[in-house]
Amino acid sequence: MKILNLFLATAILSLSVISYSDSNEILVGEVGSLTGNEATFGTSTHNGIDLAFREVNKKGGVNGRMLKLLTLDDQGKPEEAALAVKKLITQTKVTAVLGEVASSRSLAMAPIAQRYKVTMLSPSSTNPKVTQLGDYIFRVCFIDPFQGHVMAKFALDTLKAKKVAILRDVKNDYSVGLANFFTDTFKKNGGTVLVDQSYSAGDIDFKSQLTAIRAKNPEAIFIPGYYTEVGLIARQARELGIKVPLLGGDGWDSPKLKEIGGSAIENSYFSNHYSEEDKSPQVVEFIKNYKEVYGSVPDGLAAMGYDAAKVLTLAMTRAKSLNGPDLRDSLAMTKDFAGVTGKITLDKSRNAVKSAVILKITNDGFKYQTTIHP
Amino acid sequence: MLEFTQHIINGLSLGSIYALIALGYTMVFGILQLINFAHGDVFMLGAFIGMYSSRYFALDRNPSLGSLFIALGCAMIGCAAIGFCIEKLAYRPLRKSPRINILITAVGVSLFLEFSGQLLFGADPKFFPEIYKPSVNWSIGELVINPLQMIVLATALILMMVLQFIIFKTRLGRAMRAVSFSHEYASLMGIATDKIISSTFMLGSALAGAAGVLVGLVYPKVEPLMGVMPGLKAFVSAVLGGIGNVTGAAVGAITLGLAEEFLVGYWASTYRDALAFGILILILIFKPTGIFGVERIEKV
Repeated sequence: MKILNLFLATAILSLSVISYSDSNEILVGEVGSLTGNEATFGTSTHNGIDLAFREVNKKGGVNGRMLKLLTLDDQGKPEEAALAVKKLITQTKVTAVLGEVASSRSLAMAPIAQRYKVTMLSPSSTNPKVTQLGDYIFRVCFIDPFQGHVMAKFALDTLKAKKVAILRDVKNDYSVGLANFFTDTFKKNGGTVLVDQSYSAGDIDFKSQLTAIRAKNPEAIFIPGYYTEVGLIARQARELGIKVPLLGGDGWDSPKLKEIGGSAIENSYFSNHYSEEDKSPQVVEFIKNYKEVYGSVPDGLAAMGYDAAKVLTLAMTRAKSLNGPDLRDSLAMTKDFAGVTGKITLDKSRNAVKSAVILKITNDGFKYQTTIHP
Repeated sequence: MLEFTQHIINGLSLGSIYALIALGYTMVFGILQLINFAHGDVFMLGAFIGMYSSRYFALDRNPSLGSLFIALGCAMIGCAAIGFCIEKLAYRPLRKSPRINILITAVGVSLFLEFSGQLLFGADPKFFPEIYKPSVNWSIGELVINPLQMIVLATALILMMVLQFIIFKTRLGRAMRAVSFSHEYASLMGIATDKIISSTFMLGSALAGAAGVLVGLVYPKVEPLMGVMPGLKAFVSAVLGGIGNVTGAAVGAITLGLAEEFLVGYWASTYRDALAFGILILILIFKPTGIFGVERIEKV
């Protein structure tokens, strides 16, 4: 009995510690894949958010209240992301939630945020279904119908590729959606998809799919997956003697892509939210500040994290109060916010309407090719 | 036809990877009748030891067969030591208890290694340094063969023969077979059973370590959970070939590699893992002893 009492006492104590918050602070939750297969997604986004919060706090916070970020790791698993967001909302009582990068994980989180009427802002989940789950779910990035359209047009018009193959990750909502949208635009504009192969996240051998693709002689291969697998796919494609360019989406954006893919990934293209070569003052300043704190050049996901945090704090500043509906309404009014990744205006479906850039992978990094406006 | 032949080559190389892991699995079972579920995780540790030792000795600056052998040596010695510890700490105290206890302990050891690996190395995938770079791919027309994969296949076959030799032609092997027959009788005959069991584990773990380095080289992505699936597939291969039989493990592994390759190439990748476990179920129903297995009469 004594032990039980002791246990209860500790439990109550720890609970009270968790729910304790200074009234002078605003708690904001973040869920991200700080470890796992897509670890750079989580760490980059976290750095971006952290940088934005530091800047806001240095300038006096949100109406005099300091921002405090609470980050939980989901290890890249949707079920962990759902648990994490529930914990943040019910135990820590955060005002708003930032996250996730991957659409599969945002899709697991959104119903919970919606149920508790807590505003959730995803920096870079591009699958259209994410914000359809409720009116408390927002994002600051473009969506996959646009991204798929961009890559399809790029393949047809710039690369002059009329026949492509697709290799999609069937375990991943983002990948499946993007592959479908790419196919739609590509076929509508006179292209042919020769073969549509699939793999599952976590696989390491892709030779059988690539052999089947090689037999059809495509002019490009669209692989809307995440960087870890794409790196291995590129290597095995080149080993099999496939020389055509590989195309992808923002899931490729990681310094690890080049590390795993090596020279095999060079001369391939992907669509992204921003280019570090952009010379606009916001981007130059952001890169400078980021380098000062973290010592590396920010990737697109860091930029998205930064923009998401800035958009959220701005909405908090002008909101009538920080309760659920007020913050939601204030965030929905975001218009022409000049972010690092372009002008952000949230539309009626709570998505941002923005332009995309296309980057080419070369020996010394990701090189800017072109910008495509919606 | 070209596509078909390429699939065969790919399947052989995938199968040889499973074979490398399956050999250690099946040997430990053959001698001790213990399914060492931690084998796949020792394989993972082998890959990590290979990665860290190549970084430590800066082997990727001078990619050659020599560098590969250094990394292989480090991983094999490291894994043998780990195998020794696992046996001593986890399995030896349970030597006299029912077999199911040891089996469950093996699952526990496996989980322990996986999650301490996440703690120790971090859960994100690491890049395995290129310590050996074949200059060109061999190609016959449009048929492409990666020399690296042929090295893996050759290593698997050589190790298989070395194992056969050790088990059937050496003193150690004779002692192993004696222990496998009966622990008590073997010790009555003056065989140091504890030592023999230890060496069996060390040998099996060293094999897993070698597999780790070679797999890291072919698929340069290492992470703490990388041993789970290949470990299970190797287990299926071993059962398919007749668990306990060294030749059977290699044959089973190559069969499984080819089957997966054709399934994914001509049908759908979604069924890749289902196939392996489907085979396991069918084998257990219709021929539990596997392709090369002999029926064992057990006294109950």
